[in-house]
Amino acid sequence: MMHKLWGVLLSLVASIAVGGIALHQHEPINALWLVTAAVCIYLLGYRFYSAWIAAKVLAVDPTRATPAERLNNGRDFVPTHRVIVFGHHFAAIAGPGPLVGPTLAAQFGYLPGTLWILVGAVLGGCVQDMTILLLSTRRDGRSLGQMARDELGPFGGFAATIGTLLIMIILSAVLGLVVVNVMKRSPWATSTVMATIPAAIIVGLYLRGWRPGRVLEASLIGLALVLLALFGGSWLDQQPTLRSYFDYSALTLAGLIIAYGFVAAILPVWLLLAPRDYLSTFLKIGTVVLLAIAIIFTHPEIKMPALTRFIDGTGPIFGGKVFPFVFITIACGAISGFHALVSSGTTPKLITSEADVRLVGYGSMALESFVAIMAMIAATLLDPGVYFAINTGAGVVGAAPEAAVRTISGWGFPVTAEQMQSLARSMGEHTLFARTGGAPSLAVGMASIFGSTFGRGFLAFWYHFAVMFEAVFILATLDAGTRVGRFMVQDLFGQLWKPFGRTSWYPSVVLASALIVAAWGYFLYIGVIDPNGGVNILWPLFGIANQMLAAIALTVATGIIIKSGKLRYAWVTATPLAWLALITTTAAWQKIFSADARIGFFAAAADLAQKYTAGTLPPARAAVAPQLIFNQRLDGWLTVLLTLILWFVIIDMMRVCVRRMRGRPVLASSEAPYRLSRLAAGAVSGGR
Amino acid sequence: MIRVAEVLLLAAPRFGAGLWGWLRALAGDDAYERFLAHHARSHPQVPPPTRAAFYEERERRKWSGVTRCC
Repeated sequence: MMHKLWGVLLSLVASIAVGGIALHQHEPINALWLVTAAVCIYLLGYRFYSAWIAAKVLAVDPTRATPAERLNNGRDFVPTHRVIVFGHHFAAIAGPGPLVGPTLAAQFGYLPGTLWILVGAVLGGCVQDMTILLLSTRRDGRSLGQMARDELGPFGGFAATIGTLLIMIILSAVLGLVVVNVMKRSPWATSTVMATIPAAIIVGLYLRGWRPGRVLEASLIGLALVLLALFGGSWLDQQPTLRSYFDYSALTLAGLIIAYGFVAAILPVWLLLAPRDYLSTFLKIGTVVLLAIAIIFTHPEIKMPALTRFIDGTGPIFGGKVFPFVFITIACGAISGFHALVSSGTTPKLITSEADVRLVGYGSMALESFVAIMAMIAATLLDPGVYFAINTGAGVVGAAPEAAVRTISGWGFPVTAEQMQSLARSMGEHTLFARTGGAPSLAVGMASIFGSTFGRGFLAFWYHFAVMFEAVFILATLDAGTRVGRFMVQDLFGQLWKPFGRTSWYPSVVLASALIVAAWGYFLYIGVIDPNGGVNILWPLFGIANQMLAAIALTVATGIIIKSGKLRYAWVTATPLAWLALITTTAAWQKIFSADARIGFFAAAADLAQKYTAGTLPPARAAVAPQLIFNQRLDGWLTVLLTLILWFVIIDMMRVCVRRMRGRPVLASSEAPYRLSRLAAGAVSGGR
Repeated sequence: MIRVAEVLLLAAPRFGAGLWGWLRALAGDDAYERFLAHHARSHPQVPPPTRAAFYEERERRKWSGVTRCC
């Protein structure tokens, strides 16, 4: 009875909030409408949809012993309280993606992105995460690639591996680019971000040598150090000589990040990667909580219209119509294939009871989706003119401030050079024009929210705090991604030549790391020399890769559900799969075949080549034109490859399912046999 | 009033300890203690690894798979 009452109440509030959003389409709307609608929709999805899936589709069985219980070794297989697992899992899945994607997608207005974040998460992303988490828990915590191999065949497994490697490379490049764009010509940001490296090393040494494993106290020391670095950066920015040591161009910064990425990948984890990650996790969770409080406290007005003219595909931040590109741009926060890699592997080994997958899988993703909603709010509370001035590359609106504001005002989003100048000054920056990549405009948005909650006087500090926060966990993701990529390369080449596969053999470590860093370093370099900002090319490519990985995960899940004889429930994963297949294929099709140089890779290459041979390019552009042309073609072929992989996996799954339905033999289920859980028996009497 | 203050004062240390325990578990601060408890139960005759060795092995294991996302 109480449950029904709750459901009715939640539905009522949700419909009022959604109705409010719909009615406000032509006037400014308060951010609280979005927050309320989002929270109610998540709770409804969690309370009803996830419970139904757990009971009917996945047949979650709390009496069945989980691998954490059966294989408990006190190390990686450890039965852990579901709230703790929720925390670990959320910290693992929540990265920079849900912050950057919505910021870029705000060029269409706040509505398309917000709707996709909500619907995509509740019906897609949360379902994917929870399903994969349960399937992997039933299979002793095997990875997505292994499950694909075991259940569909060698091809599925190979495709998942290649997909993972590609996405890792593209992700690292685009994240590196985002960091470069916040640090270029900003001594404060650069020095603060650089200082986080020695801070992390101090924490690492403390954790290994002095007080081993005392994570909390070490992290507190680290936090104090990075805050000190923040204030130090502010002081340094005032010193003419010192500041010049940290005043770098984008190209130099890209070189530094590539060098850093290589060194970080070959150093022992305890020295840099692990301590940096503790810092970034604390900063991340602290900032997310702070942001939620501040948004509710200040309840800002959204200044961006619900829909902008750019839904027609002429957007300055990235080209392409709202369909399919809003669904590509916002991957993390709605549905992210990357999560399937965390949901299979680490997290399942901590699950105490199968019943916990609802909170851990569905719940964590709902929370991540909420982070995406907050990023959308932070981007859209800025004056739209300011938002476009920060996020549009100089190649689109011109490098001179006057030219840029004229173009942007001409789009119907008034902004003046003085306004941008005074905003930059209040944020403690020289300029905010053409800082593409989403992170700077997010930092401005966050600084405004924090500033009006905790005092206007500290805007510059809040801006650089936000920058540091983003940079710290972007670099953590970059390090982790490079390292995983390194292991995959070692594994791959190890099959050809045994010694290369030994993860501790130094020549192999160095070579494999160099390969991975060179791969993402190349895309980062091209992104930096691209006058349009690079993000406009790399982010859609990343989105396509991430959605493709999600589609592979959902394909594996659908295949397993059908093989287990639950064809009538297969739509639960097949529907988001069909949607993802539709949007990624449409987006890939346009990226490959569009004649519009702002959308199609090959069209852009042809356009640039034609201008290059005609000699109509400005000298600076002509100098890098051959590299840009090659890169556009390469991106085009990468898109072809990603699409082919996706469709081969889908067809492979269909083949397996048709065989199963015709009663022909298929690969046996790789599920571990049922064993009665002792923990569950204890739970009946004592409660958990 | 006095009763309420008394109850709160008495509950505060327990509440604080509980909160601290949760925080430690969330951060992985208590991993070694948990491991020792498990070790004592499952094979008490083998001497357990030191805290430093356990920590290093744990980090290496953690970072050899996908533990961070986009």
